[in-house]
Amino acid sequence: MKWEVVIGLETHAQLSTASKIFSGASTAFGAAPNTQAAAVDIALPGVLPVLNRGAVERAIRFGLAVGATINRRSVFARKNYFYPDLPKGYQISQYEIPVVVGGTIVIATPQGDKTVRLTRAHLEEDAGKSLHEDFHGMTGIDLNRAGTPLLEIVSEPDLASSDEAVAYAKTLHALVQWIGICDGNMQEGSFRCDANVSVRPAGETKLGTRCEIKNLNSFRFMQAAIEYEIHRQVALIEDGGRVVQETRLFDPDRNETRSMRSKEDAQDYRYFPDPDLPPLVIGDEWIERVRAALPELPRAMQQRYAADYALPASDAATLTASRGLAAYFEEVLRALGGGAANAKLAANWIQGDVAAALNRAEIGIEQAPVPAAALARLLSRIVDQTISGKIAKDVFDAAWAGEHGGDPDAIIAAKGLTQISDEDALGRIVDDVLAANAAMVAEFKAGKEKAFNALVGQAMKATRGKANPAQVNAILRRRLGG
Amino acid sequence: MAISRSDVERIAHLARLEIDAGQAEDVRAKLDAIFALIDELNAVDTRGVVPMAHAQDLSLPLRDDVVTEADRHALFQRTAPAVEDGLYLVPKVIE
Repeated sequence: MKWEVVIGLETHAQLSTASKIFSGASTAFGAAPNTQAAAVDIALPGVLPVLNRGAVERAIRFGLAVGATINRRSVFARKNYFYPDLPKGYQISQYEIPVVVGGTIVIATPQGDKTVRLTRAHLEEDAGKSLHEDFHGMTGIDLNRAGTPLLEIVSEPDLASSDEAVAYAKTLHALVQWIGICDGNMQEGSFRCDANVSVRPAGETKLGTRCEIKNLNSFRFMQAAIEYEIHRQVALIEDGGRVVQETRLFDPDRNETRSMRSKEDAQDYRYFPDPDLPPLVIGDEWIERVRAALPELPRAMQQRYAADYALPASDAATLTASRGLAAYFEEVLRALGGGAANAKLAANWIQGDVAAALNRAEIGIEQAPVPAAALARLLSRIVDQTISGKIAKDVFDAAWAGEHGGDPDAIIAAKGLTQISDEDALGRIVDDVLAANAAMVAEFKAGKEKAFNALVGQAMKATRGKANPAQVNAILRRRLGG
Repeated sequence: MAISRSDVERIAHLARLEIDAGQAEDVRAKLDAIFALIDELNAVDTRGVVPMAHAQDLSLPLRDDVVTEADRHALFQRTAPAVEDGLYLVPKVIE
């Protein structure tokens, strides 16, 4: 039987505010236990939560970026459950009326672009952390994370494979960083996903019973967990069993999911509006202010690159992987004077030599020792034929290493790398090459086109790469009567 | 809507309340009376009425995103039954 996979994702993006969602405690990561847990966060009696404007603003920004509706009035609710890292006995969340409704995320698939619908995005607080290492048979509780603002982003079950789920998560991950609402640090738990996975016979319209896989904090784990879960469910049904709705946990060591809570023990959260918090009202003027400050979004940028510079879609996608990278590309291009040819040159260099050097150094574009202005100067020396593309790679490496203050022109001058474009000088070099390589000349005349390239190579070698290759080509053709 | 004994036991469990059989029957009867009142309210036609989320007609005040709280864990932990290395210690919980 052919099976169809249906996946929806719930993503918790930690909002990049300085203080918590309902208290003035810091959200900085890595502080000593409980040093960033204020009276509100540890639920002392008599305290009241006061909502952080910065958290709301980030939710609005997200809603606008995905084309969603911003609810002018939304309601905070209590989600009740008992756990020691949740000292109030409830989590403040949004239930019936969230701040953001609808919207879409467009993902790239091998079959082309696919629009994934979003159900909603709501504001809520994070819980604390339980440390289960042995404290004389007890559990340690750190409430520093309690009250950290989260935006829970819920997708419709529009994803049809683990590849699509990962593509969606990656697109969302890039977007929340792009619009500056989340630092995207998955190791620190700033961006984590739960996947709802079900299978059904191909063509069936009714959804199968789903399982929720909790806390996928890497794209690799997400892919592995979903793949395992699909095979588990299909095997179960094909063996005559049925899928039980439950929460499962992915074990990366064993590469499998296992049951966390059974349905019998299913949570009943008894949501109700939080009496401590009147409805959140967002005015049109606030929304318009946030809209005006929204940066150009990656998708719009990709379309612009394709339209203005005729860049291939894959180039445009790579260059807009982060705002820093796009800004770098645009600065290089601006300094080069724009144009499709310069855009392609800059795109190739950024995706090639620059990306490779960044990978080797394990740093981001913001830390690149060759800033955009320096790369632009280097590329302009290729454009004005001062140096060849091949020599430019050596100059780039020297600039990256900080030689001559990282200034490409200084490096070219100091190393004597200026391209030889003098017709007479090149003519003499070509004549020497022809005289010294009679065998190659004979091969060429016998119809071996390859021999021509070998002769060009000899001329380049004789000048240690400095000869203008196009001119060498032309002169050789003339000399050989081609 | 009638409240059963198992409803009462389930709610008590969710709220981590310990009640004995006698209390459970007493609570069941009282809750039943409350639900009878709610049933009466249910008879009112509320179509087109926006559900009320708060008793007062207020909107939420907001604070600026500024860190205003200092570390007071030493003070807060003076009332905690057990602490170690800045952590609150609680009976072992395993998921």
